[in-house]
Amino acid sequence: MSFPILSVIVLLPLVAAFWVLLAPGSEDARAANARITALVVTLIELALGVVLWVNFDTSTAAFQYVERIDLFAPFLSWHLGIDGIALMLIVLSTFLMPFCILASWDSIQKRVPEYMAAFLLMETLMIGVFASLDLFLFYVFFEGGLIPMYLIIGIWGGARRIYASYKFFLYTLLGSVLMLLAMIYMVSVAHTTDIPTLLTFNFDPEVQTWLWLAFFASFAVKMPMWPVHTWLPDAHVEAPTAGSVILAGVLLKMGGYGFVRFSLPMFPDASVELMWLVFGLSIVAVVYTSLVALVQSDMKKLIAYSSIAHMAFVTAGLFVFNTQGIEGSLLMMLSHGLVSGALFLCVGVIYDRLHTREIARYGGLANNMPRYALFFMLFTMASVGLPATSGFVAEFLVLLGTFAASTWLAVGMTTGIILGAAYMLYLYRRVIFGTQDNPEVLAMTDLNPREIITLVPIALAVLWMGIYPTSFLTPLHAPVANLLARLHHAAPPVQKVMPATMAKGSAK
Amino acid sequence: MTTLAQSVHLASVEAILAAGVFVTLMIGVFRGDRSLVPLTWVVVAIMALAGVYLGVVPAAGATGFGGLYIADGFSTFLKVLILGAAAVSAVLALPYLKQSATARFEYPVLLLLSALGMCMMVSANDLLSLYVGLELQSLAAYVLAAFHRNEAKSSEAGLKYFVLGALASGILLYGISLVYGFTGTTSFAALHAVVRGHGAADIGVLFGLVFILSGIAFKIAAVPFHMWTPDVYEGAPTPVAAFFASAPKAAAMGLLLRVAIDAFGGMTFDWRQIVTFVSIASMLLGAVGAIGQVNIKRLLAYSSINNIGFALIGLAAGTREGVTGVLFYLAVYLAMTLGSFLCVLQMRGPDGEPVETLASLSGLSRTRPWLATGFAIFMFSLAGIPPLLGFWPKFAVFQAAMDAHLYVLAVVGVVASVVGAYYYLRVIKSVYFDDPAPAFAPADSRTNSAMIVVAAVFCSPIGMLAITPLVEAASRAAAALL
Repeated sequence: MSFPILSVIVLLPLVAAFWVLLAPGSEDARAANARITALVVTLIELALGVVLWVNFDTSTAAFQYVERIDLFAPFLSWHLGIDGIALMLIVLSTFLMPFCILASWDSIQKRVPEYMAAFLLMETLMIGVFASLDLFLFYVFFEGGLIPMYLIIGIWGGARRIYASYKFFLYTLLGSVLMLLAMIYMVSVAHTTDIPTLLTFNFDPEVQTWLWLAFFASFAVKMPMWPVHTWLPDAHVEAPTAGSVILAGVLLKMGGYGFVRFSLPMFPDASVELMWLVFGLSIVAVVYTSLVALVQSDMKKLIAYSSIAHMAFVTAGLFVFNTQGIEGSLLMMLSHGLVSGALFLCVGVIYDRLHTREIARYGGLANNMPRYALFFMLFTMASVGLPATSGFVAEFLVLLGTFAASTWLAVGMTTGIILGAAYMLYLYRRVIFGTQDNPEVLAMTDLNPREIITLVPIALAVLWMGIYPTSFLTPLHAPVANLLARLHHAAPPVQKVMPATMAKGSAK
Repeated sequence: MTTLAQSVHLASVEAILAAGVFVTLMIGVFRGDRSLVPLTWVVVAIMALAGVYLGVVPAAGATGFGGLYIADGFSTFLKVLILGAAAVSAVLALPYLKQSATARFEYPVLLLLSALGMCMMVSANDLLSLYVGLELQSLAAYVLAAFHRNEAKSSEAGLKYFVLGALASGILLYGISLVYGFTGTTSFAALHAVVRGHGAADIGVLFGLVFILSGIAFKIAAVPFHMWTPDVYEGAPTPVAAFFASAPKAAAMGLLLRVAIDAFGGMTFDWRQIVTFVSIASMLLGAVGAIGQVNIKRLLAYSSINNIGFALIGLAAGTREGVTGVLFYLAVYLAMTLGSFLCVLQMRGPDGEPVETLASLSGLSRTRPWLATGFAIFMFSLAGIPPLLGFWPKFAVFQAAMDAHLYVLAVVGVVASVVGAYYYLRVIKSVYFDDPAPAFAPADSRTNSAMIVVAAVFCSPIGMLAITPLVEAASRAAAALL
């Protein structure tokens, strides 16, 4: 057996978390040790993520780096492996983690070892979700993520942190337990917990509907989709900056990943039958949450609502059953992970200086924080979907895909893009431009080197994804083609409006 | 027909425990209360010896004493749990008893007596030996509940427990007499044959079954026979509450399994309705009732009601998988409950007096970080959040219920587990999110601290490594029944 790289990438942060918690010494020494250990380990994880990517065979849809130990029989086994979709999400997770640690470097002063341990634990669970090839192992990682996030929001959060932490935990738990019952049912029918086998198992179409709805309950809450999105603004607003980054950057992607990994390939008939439900909810979500975002006075809440709108793009794109839609959705997940993560980091930068998220308190930052204004503009534009940023490629692909399925769906989505431009530009104008006579705001200093180090790599990644998306799309081609083949017999007829060049480009 | 000598050999575990009771009682009487500590360890040694004999005695379903007694894999599994939990309950009480000046030697002796009753319960193969075992266990427990005899709360708890327990015993006996009247036998094996032969709808037997199940439901504190639990847990000394929440629950649950499946196996359809109702009611009431509690012991009482409801899901399934789930559930439940109570025992004010309010736990993570970690592990585990071990028994019983097509029961169960998660989270919120309350007195017993560590490691994700051996053992035990 070769080097168990997936086990290492999953378990290394866990080991580091123990070390951070158990390390002896004075409080200051432990805090310093926790910060450095967390940073080093997350960087090693990033390196391992890159190794995974470099050695990945993009020509096949089969799961790679597969490891299997029958440890926890009869319930589940330690079974790991990734395909291109999981690979990209793991790379995204490992990429964002070091910045979360850096963003918390100075802003977290109380209970630092516990904080860093919670983040390292979070990394283990996030990567575990994407790397699991056992149904219940997936569930364990999926649910286990609630514990560290609950603690992160509840201990280091803002004023209403307790309300937000309960809401986050119980909402997500209620969605997940129904999925658990569906999983148990699937295993009792298929007699295996092995995801690759289940991917090709044909469930009775009538039962599929129920199973699909049970999984939908979980993933829709996690995504989150309208109308079960209300936990997200609360959680985002109260969570510390790095917590918001992880929440928006990675945790929300678990819902989308769940749709791609489970709902679509395992219940193809139900997916086609219920696509109208997803489309309807997506259109409502895009329009409604964008309008809500327009009137927010709290920066984090605004970005949280924009996240819900972007996630609605993802769900709509996933259920149109064509290459453009699904690849666009996956790219949107990656792009949104980077962009919303970066936007939360940007909010964190000024929050650390003025300790308020009220948009009205800011203004005219372009005068005293020019570098900050530059970065904030780049990420705002990426969120709006300006060409040459990652957001454009993703939104364009999703729109192409949705248009092929339904004109009205595309109309709804486009409305969201227009409103998205409105609320993001409105936010930018209020924070960055104009004049400011509040001496506290005028005294705010521009980005320090640590903050620049945090934002530059994300900015480069956003531009890379916008200018040369092929690097990110290549690993996705084979699994998406495989998924479409699986969906083929159930897929509805499509409008014949594929632009020739695009179809050629993304279908290989 | 086995001879008396063979029967006694078969029941060596009980024989050792019974002899132990007399010996320790005599030592205690002659040496007085200063023998509490050595006697406790003697009692633990006796239980360990009995445990060793569990492995020696053939447990292939042989019956003794004219069919009153049975030693099989099922009883062996449960006896291991019972003896383990009773031994832990004996040891964990020492610092508490010394502190509260009720360091009487009777405590370990009564525990031993109760353990003897419990072993009889799970080895009962006849309605009469069932009753004798149950009463022996209960009588010892009544005294234990009132162990703080100078304290009104403790006496009240003992009295309440006794009155309601006596009522439940009466109901049980009445049911037994009805069953005997309508079938002409009290032996499980004969009942199994008769009930099946007669056709399951005989109304007299049905009434008897309802009364018997009600009597046992009282012992496992299942809704609607749960009312005594919060009061008794709150009033009884904390170590006694720990004991009540652990070993007797396992014994009574084992008894219920054997009665339902062995004696009334032909009436599965009838008792499944009762068990399903009791299970749903316990899960929901246990979850909702705990929300408003401010006393940690009352909260744990509701938690135990809630957990019993989950365990009953496995019985409602009525399959081998379901029984395996129940046994696995009990094993993990004992560790979680004893661990939680061990943590509660650490809650002592500056002068060492016990504190029981949830508010006193505020900010424990600053003052006693490791104790806080213990609380977090036990609470998340009781709430059934993966990857903690407490999730897996719930998983096992849900799996059994789904396989038996009891979908409604499973859905109600998972919803109740979400409601229940709320109050476990409240404890964690107090411990981690709130500002520190006055610090507790420092830990006073290495043994108790060590037991917390063992239980916490077992309930943590590391405990998942124990899934395979535990489920295998539970499955073998269940095979003896089905």
